Amino acid sequence: MVKTAVTLSGVRLDNPVIPASGTFGFGYEFAQWYDINCLGAISVKGTTREPRFGNPAPRIAETPGGMLNAVGLQNPGIDKVVAEELPKLREIYHKPILANISGFSLDEFVECCAKADASPHTNIIEVNVSCPNVHHGGMSFGTDPNMVYNVTKSVKEVCKKPVYVKLSPNVTDIVSIAKACEEGGADGLSLINTLMGMRLDIKKRKPILANLTGGLSGPAVFPVAVRMIWQVYEAVKLPIIGMGGVQTAEDVIELMLAGATAVQVGAANLVNPYACKEIIDNLPAVMERLGIQDITEIIGGAH
Amino acid sequence: MKRGLFTVETNEQLAPGTFRMVLTGDTSAITGPGQFVNIALEGKFLRRPISVCDWAEGSLTIIYKVVGKGTDQMSRMPAGTELDILTGLGNGYDLDKSGDTPLLIGGGAGIPPMFALAKKLLAQGKKPAVILGFNKAEELFLEEAFQALGMPVTVATADGSLGVKGFVTDAMPDGGYTHIYTCGPEPMLKAVYNKSVTSGQFSFEERMGCGFGACMGCTCKTKYGNKRICREGPVLEKEEIIW
Repeated sequence: MVKTAVTLSGVRLDNPVIPASGTFGFGYEFAQWYDINCLGAISVKGTTREPRFGNPAPRIAETPGGMLNAVGLQNPGIDKVVAEELPKLREIYHKPILANISGFSLDEFVECCAKADASPHTNIIEVNVSCPNVHHGGMSFGTDPNMVYNVTKSVKEVCKKPVYVKLSPNVTDIVSIAKACEEGGADGLSLINTLMGMRLDIKKRKPILANLTGGLSGPAVFPVAVRMIWQVYEAVKLPIIGMGGVQTAEDVIELMLAGATAVQVGAANLVNPYACKEIIDNLPAVMERLGIQDITEIIGGAH
Repeated sequence: MKRGLFTVETNEQLAPGTFRMVLTGDTSAITGPGQFVNIALEGKFLRRPISVCDWAEGSLTIIYKVVGKGTDQMSRMPAGTELDILTGLGNGYDLDKSGDTPLLIGGGAGIPPMFALAKKLLAQGKKPAVILGFNKAEELFLEEAFQALGMPVTVATADGSLGVKGFVTDAMPDGGYTHIYTCGPEPMLKAVYNKSVTSGQFSFEERMGCGFGACMGCTCKTKYGNKRICREGPVLEKEEIIW
């Protein structure tokens, strides 16, 4: 029997596979397809202080090898997430939960992270400084090393649980951002969020998305994820949750060889509701084929 | 909701650009008319959501319009092609609200779900009538199938080449029906909404990511809060719609 368990800052996962925030809701939609307790962990829908509708429709566009989304952080607000959504998820799910927090001000990040940290149902706080679909917030915090340092440091002061900062690929130098997180006291990093993109309707001669731009995800971004995880692993000592276009158990192995300790699966969940389960089911056989006894052996193994 | 492998039995053109595909597979997850299926296509990342025209145990019928590369790909599929399909998606029409003489109104690609709905209503002893809207006579499909069910059928064409000249609302009576069931392009839905004098159910279309409520890509605002077209929809009650 191969060993698939991994540990993120003291939080043990039976396997490294985590559905990515924004592609798995608060879990219960997927519980209708399979028993979600097979997952390593769940990263729940990105949450802000106030309830948000998000952006106007259309919010989705297809691309070669992937999709654009411009949902814009639709969520019921942190108070409702803590009071209703997480307890509801806990009724059917007993493995680790990553609360995913976004915001439009330093205060908002701090308040929401503190509330998420205080919930008995969360295990890791994932700080999303990289949403490309909201204005004057989200990604603007994650593209400037000083701002990302301030957010990290402030959030760390109010959290007892591990804090993972989710990074944007829409930067010139992801290493400087990763280092700023490390200096700010982050326990780990999640990367990559979506790449900002755009599609036009050539009949209407207008952008497809009402928000004009959206975040690109799906297999098209996988090589970008491999490259950025590789670079960040070389530069910082923090554990990395890798993501970006993962579709198969082989992709999980590849991101772990690049430096990831665990791996999130995003857009694949939307086209195949069984994506995470199938990856988890296939992982032991793929490990055996590749001669991997314990999956923790391969973290950063390609360096 | 279920994922299953379906096999194309027939795939024929009903009118220029409009095709009917009959597939065999497990349809047990389909619970009512107005639901949709989401079809995975080779080389396309996202699935294609298509409304259910009719179903029986082991058999699924869809009628689709070629609007892009995905539906064009579908139109060229020979019998025997296997398709990965999610079934039983969305909330369909509520039959309990129909009253005795409901009026069904379908426009273009919004006509197919009216067919299974009409069959179910007739089976319950209701007396539905249907209005079918097209741009021109050559686009006509399903008229005979509705007639064969033994119900009144009115056709409207925008150019007047067949039936009532104008939109479906030009063929709509001022009253005498108990409930409206409709599906079609949004401007048509809005016109029907404005002319209708009873309660009604309106089926909406939106660009979707997943089709089963996970991605929040298709959320719309209603008087009763945010609803996902793929999950709480695609059918919304008249009273909750915000235009």
